[in-house]
Amino acid sequence: MAAHELKPDTWIDLYADYLFNYAVARVSDAEIAKDLVQETFFAGLNSAKNYKGDAAERTWLIAILKRKVIDHYRKINSKKGKAEVRINYNANTDSEGDWLEEQVADPFSKEGDTSMENEELGMAIQECISKLPKKQSLVFNMKTIQGMSTEDICNELGINPSNLWVMIHRARTALMGCLNQNWF
Amino acid sequence: MKISCEEASNICNKSQYNEASFWEIQKLKLHILLCKTCAKFSKKNTAFTSLCDKADLNVLSENDKEEMRKKLEEHL
Repeated sequence: MAAHELKPDTWIDLYADYLFNYAVARVSDAEIAKDLVQETFFAGLNSAKNYKGDAAERTWLIAILKRKVIDHYRKINSKKGKAEVRINYNANTDSEGDWLEEQVADPFSKEGDTSMENEELGMAIQECISKLPKKQSLVFNMKTIQGMSTEDICNELGINPSNLWVMIHRARTALMGCLNQNWF
Repeated sequence: MKISCEEASNICNKSQYNEASFWEIQKLKLHILLCKTCAKFSKKNTAFTSLCDKADLNVLSENDKEEMRKKLEEHL
């Protein structure tokens, strides 16, 4: 097997969640993000012969996804998209008259920083999750991220609760160790 | 009232998902007073939970992934 050969059949297990997170952070809509990830996989397949193996598979796919996100914004910013009126006055506030002032960004707001930092954190966690054994990452995702109840997960996977808690424990310990260097 | 470290970590994990009972939490609290290792683990575990909350993680459901896999195979 050549060193720079793509393995598309492993893509979804390995990278779908990672790419999905990246896309959601940028388009803030789960449906659109899902479509973008799917398109990324298609584009990856189509241009697989151009993959030189300079970068890791994941980096290569992220680069494609980045272009897809840009294309998405280009599309909604076409002439038709621009024709929509975007400014809307927030009718919920009872302040009167100052609406132009209210549109100005708050120079003391730290929100930009935090959201960027949180996104980095999200990608870091996602990367650690992808290093877990398949079963553990599945259980951890269902429990922590999708917030499913213990009972539902047990039914779906056909395991008993103590089994589930052992897997959760192993996953959490591994993830804490993985994040340790940068985030604690 | 006395519990093993293994049981303590189990309760600690459950409490991260709000699934530990009142008495379990009391037992855990007592254990943490006496056991430094578990106190450290508990603190770190709670910090990890808040990191996960802060990161606002998203995953695709298994159904979505299955659908993607099918479409990808058709494309091959």
